[in-house]
Amino acid sequence: MTELSEKTVAAATVALPSTLRLGVARTRVELKQFFRSKDSMIFTFLFPVIMLMIFATVFSRQGDVGPGIPGGPISFGQYFLPGMVATGVMLTSFQSLAIQIPVERDDGALKRLRGTPMPSASYFLGKVGQVLVASVVQLALLFVVARVLFAIPLPTAPGAWLTFLWVFLLGTACGSVLGVAFSSIPSSGRSASAVVVPVVLVLQFISGVYFMYSDLPTWLQRVAEVFPLKWMAQGMRSVFFPDAFKAIEVRDSWEHPMTAVVLAAWLVLGLVVGIRTFRWTRRGDN
Amino acid sequence: MTGAAVVVRGLHKHYGETRAVDGLDLQVESGEVFAVLGPNGAGKTTTVEILEGHRHRDSGEVSVLGVDPARADRNWRSRIGIVLQDAGDQAELTVSEVIRHFAEYYPTPRDADEVIDAVGLTEKAGTRTRQLSGGQRRRLDVALGIVGRPELLFLDEPTTGFDPEARRAFWELIRGLRKDGTTILLTTHYLDEAENLADRVAVIRDGRVLALDTPKNLGGRAASEATVRWIEDGTHRELATSAPTRVVSELTARLAGPSGEVSGLEVIRPSLEDVYLTLIGEPLPVAATKEDLS
Repeated sequence: MTELSEKTVAAATVALPSTLRLGVARTRVELKQFFRSKDSMIFTFLFPVIMLMIFATVFSRQGDVGPGIPGGPISFGQYFLPGMVATGVMLTSFQSLAIQIPVERDDGALKRLRGTPMPSASYFLGKVGQVLVASVVQLALLFVVARVLFAIPLPTAPGAWLTFLWVFLLGTACGSVLGVAFSSIPSSGRSASAVVVPVVLVLQFISGVYFMYSDLPTWLQRVAEVFPLKWMAQGMRSVFFPDAFKAIEVRDSWEHPMTAVVLAAWLVLGLVVGIRTFRWTRRGDN
Repeated sequence: MTGAAVVVRGLHKHYGETRAVDGLDLQVESGEVFAVLGPNGAGKTTTVEILEGHRHRDSGEVSVLGVDPARADRNWRSRIGIVLQDAGDQAELTVSEVIRHFAEYYPTPRDADEVIDAVGLTEKAGTRTRQLSGGQRRRLDVALGIVGRPELLFLDEPTTGFDPEARRAFWELIRGLRKDGTTILLTTHYLDEAENLADRVAVIRDGRVLALDTPKNLGGRAASEATVRWIEDGTHRELATSAPTRVVSELTARLAGPSGEVSGLEVIRPSLEDVYLTLIGEPLPVAATKEDLS
């Protein structure tokens, strides 16, 4: 050990680093941790790609979807792609934050940060940055796999990509704030994945990610309509399917306005609950 | 820097029926190393976490660097350094990455490599933190506490899990920080640590201060009777006295031969541990007991 240099600086005269700059710094370390964790790599980042590969391979023999519809039929892989896009967005935003934050609360990371001059806003900017970068890379990988390995056609019309953009951004924002809000529910870091994963799994099954949504019993459709994943999946179907395929939707429509309304409502709800319930320390630790 | 870095008056913190902190007063002067000693559950961590702004208090006055920690802002946080008791966070980052990242939070951070070197982690700089041993992990915590060049450093049981060599090295580090003018408030279980590092020591039990003094004088240690032992005519003799120097000079005059030595001479003062154990073993003062009953 050597002695620290005795350079003394008048702290008060030097400005604190800006919230945005620290948000970018947080994004960098969040991404490093995300991509270095095996759990988040396999069960969040690669999960949609793995599922697409399995489903597109297994069901390819069952024939195509929607033979009588103009623009159809489409391969099972193409049918499956939008659901995996929606799932990817949900996993990378909601699931990863709802698991990560309780772990950080439990292992003292949040408490340590609270004791530094880093502003809270920078912490959340870092989470947003992590979710955005990770999901963009994740979806890019999903598209490459879909196109190259399974020859799934991707949309070329700018309008479709515009739809993709708003559904993606609204879905990511919604999933992120709900992940922060949900992070106060698990009682410990260890129980976080046990609490979060079943919620995500049930939502996937009832939201038309793995099954054709129209095949679900009507009451289950009504239940799923309350939650955002159903709307994200439907929004993504409108991007990756020929337009005439809205005929297979329950209401013969892509229902874009309703998608925007439901996602925005959850976004607001998540923000309100998240701001009220977020805590830097363990329960009973105050 | 002069004056008090920390002032606490009548601090109370209750959890249901438990009075974790129960009318605690203390004052830490700028530039000193102040140790808080006490058994588990004495209220050390609760007190320190109130001073750090991590916990709310029920009542009492608290001023840390002139600011109430309950109303702390970024500027205040940039002037303090905190080493918490247990942490296993940032597991996937390397030592160097974590320290560099935390340095970014502060207006005038220390040089990251210098800090890594100061805590003796240079060889581990590229290692992910989850692969560190307990003692190495603790040294990383200390590094993160000092990287912002704090005026006041809180250390909550900093050397738990250190081997004796690492503890000595840590003490050197703390002495270096003190020389630079850093005020240090540490809690510890180790009496030798308090004795070696601290300018003043507070002994806490049941959420209040039982004694507060320099390690040498704590609990009337310097003034209390010393024991002088020697061997006279082949038998061991022992005398408790408040004037050991006089006793020794009398013994020298009476017993020392041509060599000038008194056979088997020893002067024994109560150790800090003796004083500490006596203090925390004492029943509560009468006044306090009354207050508890009212």
